[in-house]
Amino acid sequence: MSEKKKKMALIVHSGTMDKLIPVFILASTAPAMDLEAHLFFTFWGLNALKKGGLENAKLPGWMGLDTDMIKKRMENIKAPTLQKLLQMCVESGNVKLYACSTTMELMNIKKEELIPEVDSILGAASFLDIALDADFSLFI
Amino acid sequence: MEDYPIDIIIDAKGLSCPMPIVKTNKIIKQMKNGEILKVLSTDPGSKRDFESWAKKTGNTLLEISESDDIFTYIIRKGGELDE
Repeated sequence: MSEKKKKMALIVHSGTMDKLIPVFILASTAPAMDLEAHLFFTFWGLNALKKGGLENAKLPGWMGLDTDMIKKRMENIKAPTLQKLLQMCVESGNVKLYACSTTMELMNIKKEELIPEVDSILGAASFLDIALDADFSLFI
Repeated sequence: MEDYPIDIIIDAKGLSCPMPIVKTNKIIKQMKNGEILKVLSTDPGSKRDFESWAKKTGNTLLEISESDDIFTYIIRKGGELDE
């Protein structure tokens, strides 16, 4: 495969389960579609990259109370969990996860608190460079 | 319905998006060009998904059929048989 793969660039700004599920469904499907996925986690999104972050992601606001119900329903329809989707992304080798450096400082998150699947810690310029080279970008 | 010599069958019934495509893609990578794969899925979005996936990855979707809410896809690894 010497041909250059098409790329998708995602800014993951949200840390709630309802947004993280589509993020990880798109990212885990990308390699099957011969696409590279580059995910830049910023602000609330960065919580998803903290150890235990995906497990603890909840529905937004007062709907948070229904999180367990949604998890149960996902299990019933055999939908993969966020952790399973992450694992599929990593195994593919074509999904890269980046942590926003400013968010880390702002929220006082140390590198050791992030899951080992994180590819690197980046600033805005690096992400823009990746996005410039991508075929499409999304903000979720 | 033509009788294709099926090499591998994937039963993805009951699995929701994106599992049918991700599983299919994983298996087809281990197959040889020209080999034939049959996939069963109950995901209502899978028809369009398999069409897009085959087009994008250069595999050939030989046949799509549906009965009792089960979709059957017959896929040949690779493009037209002229390689």
